Amino acid sequence: MAETAIEFVDVVKRYGDATAVDRINFSIGKGELVTFLGPSGCGKTTSLRLIAGLELPSEGQVKIAGRDVSRDPASERNVGMVFQSYALFPHMSVLDNVSYGPTIRGVSKADARDQARAILDQVGLGGLEARLPSELSGGQQQRVAVARAIVQQPDVLLFDEPLSNVDAKLRRKVRAEIRDLQQRFGLTAVYVTHDQEEALAVSDRIVVMKMGQIAQIGTPSELYEQPSSAFVADFIGDANLIEGRVAAGTFSAAHLSLPVDAADGAHTATIRPERITLAAGGAAIISSASYLGSRMEYVVQDEDLEFLVSRPISEPRLAAGDAVDLQIDPADLILVQ
Amino acid sequence: MTLKLTSDRAGIAWLGLLALSLVAFPWYKGAPIWQGPAASALSEGMSGHGWLWPLIAIVVALGAATFTRKWQQSNIALWLTLGAMFLYLWQGFAVGLRGPSQAWVGGVFEAAADGQTGLGWGGFLAGAALVGLLSDLIASRGFCRGERFASFCITAIVAALTAFVFFPILKLGLAAFVDTDGNLALGTFWARITAPDLWGLNCLVGGGRCGVVINTVILGVLSATLATLLGLALALLVNRTDFRMKRALRAISILPIITPPFVVGVAIILLFGRTGLVTSGVADLLDVRPGRWVYGLPGILIAQVLAFAPVTFLVLLSTLEAINPTLEEAARTLGAKSMKTFRSVTWPLLRPGLAAAFLLAFIESLADFGNPIVLGGGYEVLSIKIFFAVVGARYDLGNAATLAMILLALTLIAFWLQMRWMGNKSYVTVTGKSDAGLASPLPGVLKIGVFAVVLPWVIFTLAVYIIIVTGGFVTDVGRWDLTPTFQHIVTAFRFEFEDGLQLYGSAWDSMMTTLWVAALAAPLTTLIGILTAWLVARQDFAGRRAFEFGTMLSFAIPGTVVGVSYVAAFNVPPVDITGTAAILIICFVFRNMPVGMRAGLAALAQIDRSMEEASQTMGAGGLTTLRRVVLPLIKPAVFTALVYSFVTAMTAVSAVIFLVSARHNMATAYIMGRVEAGEYALAIAYSAVLMIVMIVCVVVIQGIVGTRKLGRRKELQGKGQVPEPAE
Repeated sequence: MAETAIEFVDVVKRYGDATAVDRINFSIGKGELVTFLGPSGCGKTTSLRLIAGLELPSEGQVKIAGRDVSRDPASERNVGMVFQSYALFPHMSVLDNVSYGPTIRGVSKADARDQARAILDQVGLGGLEARLPSELSGGQQQRVAVARAIVQQPDVLLFDEPLSNVDAKLRRKVRAEIRDLQQRFGLTAVYVTHDQEEALAVSDRIVVMKMGQIAQIGTPSELYEQPSSAFVADFIGDANLIEGRVAAGTFSAAHLSLPVDAADGAHTATIRPERITLAAGGAAIISSASYLGSRMEYVVQDEDLEFLVSRPISEPRLAAGDAVDLQIDPADLILVQ
Repeated sequence: MTLKLTSDRAGIAWLGLLALSLVAFPWYKGAPIWQGPAASALSEGMSGHGWLWPLIAIVVALGAATFTRKWQQSNIALWLTLGAMFLYLWQGFAVGLRGPSQAWVGGVFEAAADGQTGLGWGGFLAGAALVGLLSDLIASRGFCRGERFASFCITAIVAALTAFVFFPILKLGLAAFVDTDGNLALGTFWARITAPDLWGLNCLVGGGRCGVVINTVILGVLSATLATLLGLALALLVNRTDFRMKRALRAISILPIITPPFVVGVAIILLFGRTGLVTSGVADLLDVRPGRWVYGLPGILIAQVLAFAPVTFLVLLSTLEAINPTLEEAARTLGAKSMKTFRSVTWPLLRPGLAAAFLLAFIESLADFGNPIVLGGGYEVLSIKIFFAVVGARYDLGNAATLAMILLALTLIAFWLQMRWMGNKSYVTVTGKSDAGLASPLPGVLKIGVFAVVLPWVIFTLAVYIIIVTGGFVTDVGRWDLTPTFQHIVTAFRFEFEDGLQLYGSAWDSMMTTLWVAALAAPLTTLIGILTAWLVARQDFAGRRAFEFGTMLSFAIPGTVVGVSYVAAFNVPPVDITGTAAILIICFVFRNMPVGMRAGLAALAQIDRSMEEASQTMGAGGLTTLRRVVLPLIKPAVFTALVYSFVTAMTAVSAVIFLVSARHNMATAYIMGRVEAGEYALAIAYSAVLMIVMIVCVVVIQGIVGTRKLGRRKELQGKGQVPEPAE
């Protein structure tokens, strides 16, 4: 992260009385792919539009490539954007769609078309230049949208939930393509999604947002392994949230009793389902066991606590009603706010 | 570190224009433009018109302000500009044609006693420059997210609406409260507004006549309902069936739009009047006395439905065309039968179009002047009453103003009801995602219904137009004297070649005026209408709701009211333009602009905004996005607006009848004169020629605008199929 590509300084965006983005700060390095992740209404799309210039901040500064662009309209920023609906111009051919940007920025028509052809080849759409968008499949339309966004070599490439209109089976492939393109062109990219799996798969770093604020920023593994809050732990992957008490360096809840490094008092701890091992014979009871092909999933009742436990299929299978003991490595237990 | 020279230049340019308008152009009307500086505000100011000095002084101060840093963002520049606007208005209103409007002005400036004439080139340019300057200053302060183009459009449209819609209405409203001597008279106003011939309900409870207000409402509701139904039937037939003669049907349905207003009335009289062809035929057949039933409500209703159905048809057709077929396909695939699909998907999506169509027809009916005056008989409506209050033997502007206010109130109420009914649902169906689907064909039952409505209409329309086509070319179609003759055409359009082309026909003057007024008005109307639609639908700016409300309000004003209000407002300085061609053009632009706006709004509501955002992120400003992305996608709306405004300009009566002059007579006013004189054949002949001219013009417009291609498969039309998309 040598150079900063995008920076938000105390950015606030209000619509009337509602605050969509509530004083957020972060920076994105050049060549990074950063994802805004969060439930709907968390401000992730607004943040993306603030970068694009489709919204101007009510307060604070948005900087792109070190320049304060807070008051610049979208047309004066060098950004590329892939819209959720793709927003291809239905009255223009694929080639005209992709060469639109360069012609606007003063490139001659012939040169713009050459640039567009080159990019279309890169995204694997060579030969379809003369088609109208309506004559392409969904996946092809999406690639046109990407080609159109990167043809001008933008300072930053923005994706607004680009996979929401893609066939579920194709998603894995398309997101790999997006990641591959971003790396190949060395682009700085910002990606908005509400799908945590997608976020984990494509991102260098993830910004988890909640109600207009940033809940946590980190790499996928940091967020998964070191969530700072119950919200993040729960939003990224599955997590057991355990309400318990710490006394004299020991966290206790139900039959659990684990050493931790924390002050005395009530605490919430999280543990991932696959980090819990089950030993036969114990105080806890399996209330349900589900066969999921690649793994077994158990719900285990321990006094008033319920644990989700995920085990490899290779281990001996347990059944509902079995008595088990929950075994947890203290290093896997994370205290959160 | 970019120095934004360009934005600074825009402000300087407006200021430069302002300065030029004060020193280089004749300030008052009458002086030819080449007189330039000699008649400018500066020289007029030096030769006694002292009330121009404050304006000139403040403009000089503005010039000085530009030397300060970031002058565009400074409060000083804004206040000076607002001050200049105030002084600009003040110099116009302080001194009237015959002297100062307030005593103190006369006391300060001696020359004020001689009065001043209306504004000329310089005066109008100065107004435009002030508006531009203001738009630039507020854009620099973040108005419209800093977009200069949008900011200018909004400011200019607001200024124009104020000057040419609200100011005249305000003047007219004031006129309702004064007596014939110009004194405030609330008693007179009360007497006028409660007059029993306005509100009588006798026709509903038994014999006798209803008041003129009640008559107007009954006519409007009936006419709009029938016209909307007919328009819907036509639109469904063209868009949703495999009916083979669609093109012919489209052509027939266009006919009434391009038909000058009185001629349908005349044809109806010739068919159903007391000595009409059908009437005497039926009377002979059944041996009954020929009746006069057609004079009054039935006749007006027939003529109006015939006249308004094409407009509702065009509105509903573009709504139907913009409905994403995949929605209907979705409903079908969800198991809905075709009738259910129509009811639950197509119909709700048609609602904005239906409301727009009904509203249009209702307001047209309220404002309609041509049909009631020809076919009205004893059935009085407001527009006629207003006309005779101004033009008749007893000139009574106060009474006309009162009646006009009632008519306006009626229209506003109708408008308000429509707004409530339409609700605030989102109707975006053409998204950036391309849609490959087929429009569902119409369910069988509806199809039969549609044919049952359309067929009688076709027969009736044909009968009327046979009369119109033949009437001009036979000796006397009314008396069934069918000897072919060109006598009527020759009377109207005789020309000879002697020393070049010489036009002798009595109709040439009005024909030429009509043509070029329409040719100027139509593009302007479309431009402003579509721009307004785009601003309202797509720009977020402070005061957007008020702006929307204002344009809607101007939409609601009937032509008759506009006509009277222009008479009240524009035959005195500062804007003294009665009798010019400009007032005709201005009247058309602001009278028809809302149609373009409605069409534009309906089309824009169906287009996903992200396409424009995509264009913006690729570096395109407002103007470029509008030109390259928005306009091509709303071509049907542009076409509708152009055709409608052109044709209306050629066939309008209600407002124009108040505004024509000997020098700038319009075709319709000429025809009305012929009808009043009983010269039916000449009126019909002229109308036929006028229609041919309009058909040619509409075809030319279609050629220029073209049609929208979205790559939908054209199976309904039986065109070639596009290959299946493949991954």
